[in-house]
Amino acid sequence: MKNRLKVLRAERDWNQQDLADALGVSRQSVNAIETGKYDPSLPLAFRISDVFGLPIEQIFSRD
Amino acid sequence: MAKYKSPAIRRYAIRLAVLMSVYVVALLAAVTLFKKGIVVGPLAWPLAMIPALPVIGVFWAVMRLLIEEPDEFMKLLITRQCLVATGFCLTVMTVWEFLQNFDLVPQGNGGFGAAFFWFMGLGVGALYNKVTMGTTGGSCA
Repeated sequence: MKNRLKVLRAERDWNQQDLADALGVSRQSVNAIETGKYDPSLPLAFRISDVFGLPIEQIFSRD
Repeated sequence: MAKYKSPAIRRYAIRLAVLMSVYVVALLAAVTLFKKGIVVGPLAWPLAMIPALPVIGVFWAVMRLLIEEPDEFMKLLITRQCLVATGFCLTVMTVWEFLQNFDLVPQGNGGFGAAFFWFMGLGVGALYNKVTMGTTGGSCA
């Protein structure tokens, strides 16, 4: 799965730790999701969606 | 890069330290009592098993870590680490047993049993996570 996490984070001038804190996960989790090494669960994808205020399909897309 | 330390990982580290301390004391006590021939007969059985209890406790601590860790990516890393450890341990023990079956190595294990190789396997699993995922996570090794 592809995602726009890095771009959305940069638009808000957040580092990975800022996003991790907002999501309540580790910085390593954010890094793994951004680099495509890990696809988040649906509950975490919804939390990401809430944090950015965007629907899931505007953040994640199929390869 | 800061290493991830959740409250669950801190609890695991404390449990591990306590269990390993108990293990050292229990093992020294059992070895001393057996060497001096103080315990014989049926009592020797529970005495011989006492050092195994803290080792079993470490298996429990690892499983508790899997349950208590709230971060799903960290859970994945720990699960992968345990699977690698199990595969490593089974592989080593299987090869060793066949070498023993054909009398190529002596019988017995010299004190290095399945648990020893499973714990070694946790280290291998952490390395595998580092190479393939770029992080060992909190790591239970």
